[in-house]
Amino acid sequence: MKTLKERQDELVEEFSMFDDWLDKYEYLIDLGKNLEPFPEELKTDDRLIKGCQSRVWLDAEAKDGAIVFRADSDAIITKGIISMLISVYSGRRAEEIAGDDFSFVDRLGLKENLSPTRANGLVSMLETIRNIAQNNR
Amino acid sequence: MDVQELRKEFTQLDEKVYGKPLVYLDNAATSLRPRGVVSKWVELSERYSANIHRAVHHISSIATEEYEHARETVAAYLNVSPGEVVFTSGTTASVNLAAFSFGEAFVGEGDEIIVSESEHHSDLVPWQMMCERKRAVLKVLEVDEEGRLRIDELGSMISRRTKLVCVTHVSNVLGLVNPIKAIAEICHSHGCRLLVDGAQGAVHGHPDLKDLDCDFYAFSGHKMYAAPGTGVLYGKKELLDAMPPYMGGGEMVGSVKWSGTTYAPVPLKFEAGTQNFAGAPTMVPAIRMLELMEDAEIERNIDEITAYLLEELPKIPGLRLYGIPGEAYGQDFRKIPLFSFSVEHCHHEDLALILDKMGIALRSGQMCAEPLMDRFGVTGMLRASFAPYNTMEETGYFLSSLKKAIKMLEA
Ligand SMILES: Cc1ncc(COP(=O)(O)O)c(C=O)c1O
Repeated sequence: MKTLKERQDELVEEFSMFDDWLDKYEYLIDLGKNLEPFPEELKTDDRLIKGCQSRVWLDAEAKDGAIVFRADSDAIITKGIISMLISVYSGRRAEEIAGDDFSFVDRLGLKENLSPTRANGLVSMLETIRNIAQNNR
Repeated sequence: MDVQELRKEFTQLDEKVYGKPLVYLDNAATSLRPRGVVSKWVELSERYSANIHRAVHHISSIATEEYEHARETVAAYLNVSPGEVVFTSGTTASVNLAAFSFGEAFVGEGDEIIVSESEHHSDLVPWQMMCERKRAVLKVLEVDEEGRLRIDELGSMISRRTKLVCVTHVSNVLGLVNPIKAIAEICHSHGCRLLVDGAQGAVHGHPDLKDLDCDFYAFSGHKMYAAPGTGVLYGKKELLDAMPPYMGGGEMVGSVKWSGTTYAPVPLKFEAGTQNFAGAPTMVPAIRMLELMEDAEIERNIDEITAYLLEELPKIPGLRLYGIPGEAYGQDFRKIPLFSFSVEHCHHEDLALILDKMGIALRSGQMCAEPLMDRFGVTGMLRASFAPYNTMEETGYFLSSLKKAIKMLEA
């Protein structure tokens, strides 16, 4: 498994290859579509991430000392974004996630290019992941 | 006057977003401001900043004249008298004022207020709050599948306890013009009052409030080309006179003693504190602009856009348009150039996000009308709302971009 830093750098590089925002969206849409199916029964209110315009569910499960994340959203670009975050954080130990400064998102240039509500959603997603990690330490 | 000439008055139309020309289709949220409005605003800020109605000095009297001239202009435009025009900070403030003061004067426990299902939260939550305070009952007048208001049901809904009916002139989601005159007749013949949310209605068409005969009419300046933070509550004189003030403070008083306070006559009774003296006078150039837009060529352009989209949008597979014009309940429900829709398998937010990157500004979400979203079983919609300065070319670009965005999401 790549280190957290390696995976983040890899993503930042992949993302920087597109110079047009529509291409970045195409990429996120692809990620969203390829996200592993999320069980319907997990779509409960306590798994909803607050602060997003669209609905985003995040499920976290402790497995062999690591946290496995699964997620879904009714909006595909949001789904792509949460899928990206999962690909970075899922399967890692709580200490490692909680210790991250989450600054790779700034390097992606995502926040300033999303509408304010969407950017808020992204911030909420990161906070939720961080909180889960801290509570599982 | 042609559209290109009109566009020169709205400087923001020259903006670029992400290197693409801005196509502004969020006019129902707020309109753009013409040069005349901006220059009036600047003039008042640069030259005539002074508190109104208070000081005797020269600049203050100019500022007061500008403010009162705006009231006269608004009154003349609406065909009412200046004493019936209360300046507020916008529709929301107007409705809250009406809800509080009307409630205090006329509503008691067990009384009823009727609101339509298509109301913006601004013409809904204040009534819920007031009904809670007064232990009154809030009843809902529904819309049908086409989005047309069930005015056939209104008469039988009104009881002896009904004090007020609140409907929007034009819903910010459905874009259908409600038959206010007919609704006012029903209300009055059953002995209750009518408040109209004119936030969209004041912009599309020229409301003659004497003719419509509603008892209250609320609207915002920023949607009709004037400065943000301006607005109006029109109320019939005898009602405003009978209603207690909403806020207490400077300027709304006659005399203040420890033994008690008397209030200024309407409309000043409802204008407590320092008013938006730089903003309110921009209603004058804004109304000039509205009158300028009452032009055959300008109207033909916007009518063509409306007809074209009514024809083309439903052809897109999976697209559902909300608010279908036509005859119902003996009335003609006309459509303003405002189109809310959903597309099967495409989330409204995804579409809005992609269209934004194509330079198109439009609205997505619940549009401050959650009960209406529930009515149609959706979590949100996408809305394109046009103004007379929008062109057929922009309309075509919007349509082709929408189709492209849908493809991107489907692929
Ligand atoms: C129909 C309708 N009513 C009320 C409002 C509220 O207006 P404002 O936010 O200017 O007070 C709006 C605009 O958002 C509207 O479209």
